[in-house]
Amino acid sequence: MAECKYNWPKARDRELIGHSIDRIDGPEKSSGRAKYTYDTNRPGLLFGRLVTCPYAHAKVNAVDTSKAGKMPGVKAVVVINGPGSEIQWAGDLVAAVAATTEPEAEDAARAIHVEYQQLPHLVQEEDLSKVPAASQKPLGEQRQGDPEKAFADPNAVIVEGYYGLPVITHCCLESHGSVAEWTADGRLKTWTSTQYVSGGPGEFGAGLRAQKVQVDDKDIETICQYIGGGFGSKFSVDRWGIVAAQLAQQAKRPVKLMLDRATELEIAGARPSEYAKIRVAASKDGTLTGWESESWGTGGMGPSGAPTIPYVIDVPNKSTKHTQVFTNIGPVRAWRAPNSPQACLVTMSAFDDLAAKLGMDPLAFLRKNINLAPEFLRKSYLEELDKASELAEWPKYWHPRGDKTAGPIKRGLGVSLHTWFGRGHAGTGQITVRPDGSVTVQSGTQDLGTGTRTVINIVAADTFGLPLEAVEVEIGDSRYPRDGASGGSTTVGGVSAWTRRGAVDARNELFAAVAPSLGTTPDQLEAREGHIRVKGDPSKSLTWKQACAKLGVKPIQTLGRNPGPCDLISGGVGGVQIADVSVDTETGIVKMNRMVAVQDCGLIIDMKTAESQVFGALIMGVCYSLYEEKVMDETLGIMLNPNMEFYKLAGIGDIGEFKVHMMTGPGYDERGVIGLGEPPVISPGAAISNAVANAIGVRVPTLPLTPEKVLAALEKGAVA
Amino acid sequence: MKRKRQKPKTQEKQGVSRRDFLKGTGVAMSGGLLAGAHVAAAEAASGPAGVLGPGAVPITLRVNGKAHTLRIEPRLTLLDALRGHLDLTGAKKVCDRATCGACTVMIDRKVVYGCTVLAIEAEGHDVTTIEGLAPEGELTPVMAAFVRHDAQQCGFCTPGFIMACTAFLESNPNPTLEDIEKGLGGNLCRCGTYRGLREAVLDAAETMRGGKS
Repeated sequence: MAECKYNWPKARDRELIGHSIDRIDGPEKSSGRAKYTYDTNRPGLLFGRLVTCPYAHAKVNAVDTSKAGKMPGVKAVVVINGPGSEIQWAGDLVAAVAATTEPEAEDAARAIHVEYQQLPHLVQEEDLSKVPAASQKPLGEQRQGDPEKAFADPNAVIVEGYYGLPVITHCCLESHGSVAEWTADGRLKTWTSTQYVSGGPGEFGAGLRAQKVQVDDKDIETICQYIGGGFGSKFSVDRWGIVAAQLAQQAKRPVKLMLDRATELEIAGARPSEYAKIRVAASKDGTLTGWESESWGTGGMGPSGAPTIPYVIDVPNKSTKHTQVFTNIGPVRAWRAPNSPQACLVTMSAFDDLAAKLGMDPLAFLRKNINLAPEFLRKSYLEELDKASELAEWPKYWHPRGDKTAGPIKRGLGVSLHTWFGRGHAGTGQITVRPDGSVTVQSGTQDLGTGTRTVINIVAADTFGLPLEAVEVEIGDSRYPRDGASGGSTTVGGVSAWTRRGAVDARNELFAAVAPSLGTTPDQLEAREGHIRVKGDPSKSLTWKQACAKLGVKPIQTLGRNPGPCDLISGGVGGVQIADVSVDTETGIVKMNRMVAVQDCGLIIDMKTAESQVFGALIMGVCYSLYEEKVMDETLGIMLNPNMEFYKLAGIGDIGEFKVHMMTGPGYDERGVIGLGEPPVISPGAAISNAVANAIGVRVPTLPLTPEKVLAALEKGAVA
Repeated sequence: MKRKRQKPKTQEKQGVSRRDFLKGTGVAMSGGLLAGAHVAAAEAASGPAGVLGPGAVPITLRVNGKAHTLRIEPRLTLLDALRGHLDLTGAKKVCDRATCGACTVMIDRKVVYGCTVLAIEAEGHDVTTIEGLAPEGELTPVMAAFVRHDAQQCGFCTPGFIMACTAFLESNPNPTLEDIEKGLGGNLCRCGTYRGLREAVLDAAETMRGGKS
């Protein structure tokens, strides 16, 4: 069978693909020269400032901006939620001002007088019995097999548990926001901190027209060269983006409107909570037989999703019921691997408790039940469990539940596994090869810090047989060919596929142009080591520059697309993680010793940035396992920790050691490229919670595993 | 090393090293800065004797070896002055209250959080921002080590870490891993680059000891 027109080079031919390569924008970032949205200063720039609602639920009765409008330096005022509006969460937008300096904008925002009528709110959901029925949306029972029979089996070993994790926020270090600038002829340029550059003009256009500002999408340009974190919270330009453009239009000057830290934490990111009461049954040999769960969670006022449980390992007889709870905590936003860290935590905790009751090693328990995982993942899971066990020295360090050694410090190991789809998104990029030998790739995609620029560069350079620096990559501007949003781990698959297709097309055009002068046909040529040469006869060759000179005056220009002929990507990855912790049973403090992650993601383009994704996900996992929680006050309805002292992230001394192993080679590479951003952030919660249970002998039911909760669990465990 | 010996004042887990960081390395000296604050500006501003503002006052900031004359309100932070008035945007505004370290700059070669120093306090002192560490197109050993060890993802915390690492290595040329974890506890990253960071600092220390810097 003839080979497809587009394919990945064979392992021995990969000069760049799969190697460990420094990110190409690393020097820009580490020298502080990378310009983010927040760093965009334009001539005549004004500073925007928002007035936000201090109540979780309220009606706006009056907004008086008369005083603010006359204050020094104030150039524009916009009412966002005027009289009659109903506000559903504290921090929601009411009005905005733009002024010459930041202090002036702050003063003016403070001078806007808003009258509210407070309405009843709900901001807590862990105790479902206290949630009014009107705020609950039961999704109904999902059934499979005969769960009652499974639990009635007298030989079944059954555990019952309660598990959960609270709402957390994204806490992007660069807050959400935009800089907006209108030209005299009515065109709009925005610099927006966004995960979806190509979507910017359409969203700005629709949003502005809804506010009676007439502008065509084609007259809008959105730019995002660098973004200071997104994690799923920056797909939209958001209402405050529209407001920036409204203020700029009114003032006839550019306006920068970035959320302040408190507002960022209050309204720009909420990962839904999940709480679950679970019963799970197995036969005495550890084979899973039955699952029953009642779960609930909130992401705010919108639907919060419904994590599919049991996660990955599908128990044959099951009954699940999930209830979405609507609360006034803020708007729900996708957070890295939506639904999955939640589903993984409650499932893998329940399985781990069952393994403990069975007296089984949890690794043996997972292996025993691996046939209940999706078929295409089973083989890789078994390989990954073995590799993770080896790297963590599991046989040496694991012990049955409860560290029996003397002293207050107890050490434990916990394991979890996960999956994610991550198939590349639809997108395009233009590749230009000029007669002077220069090569440019342009696309409206974005680099979230995952290494998108670097991946495009590697694929293009590898295809042309050129060094990295011979290819220029220009992204982050909506004027370039459209690319998809960076979410769902879809970017690396999308951009690597369209880069390869476009580059192969361009290379073939170049082959056609130079074949006659090398006395051969295009199909006999290859692009290697900076030369176009005849396969098997390197003496017949032209340097890249000489070859491009044969183009005359006309550059080659191709548009790479994904999807397209010859699939270069796929979806569905697996990974196994092991956590190693020490718990001080006198203080309740959990200390990370090590995290081991074994991960597959098909063909890896850049090993260095791929590993960075995993290291980063593990560290983010430590953050949400031990520290993070959006703490809401029941009476006031507001977030109590909208700052970075009390919305806690791990510091450099809190994380322990790491071992990361990427599965590559036969069985993995031929699957094509698959996304990686999300999968490794799924397991840490379960792995760390299981490690703590293994150390201290009792389950700490909910994340974050704070000293208070650890001590409470120890006390309860001691009584029981 | 010096920081390690200081007694933490609170029980707050991350606050300990951050507070030490502040105390040991700069913000605490703001009293000293104020005491010596420019008399000229005070005289130029209206209001009671010795009180600046509330209106804008002229100040001269010496940043990266270059003097800049600005008119700013006395309440403006050094960070906002650098970013908004001098277009030196390497220092980032993140927490805006001395928690995360993204705004780290140096005053007289000691690190401070730019968000907790007033611009007027910095007058008469040498301010160094990340833009002043290396000429355009060049990287310091610390910056190069960050690139090699991929100690950056989104990169928003990176300039703050570069500043903190640079100052840290100036006073701790031969740090242990423990020294690094304590000495850089005043900066936070969201993407999770700490593992590369540790490697980068060790590597940069070695390069610098080798006489490259």
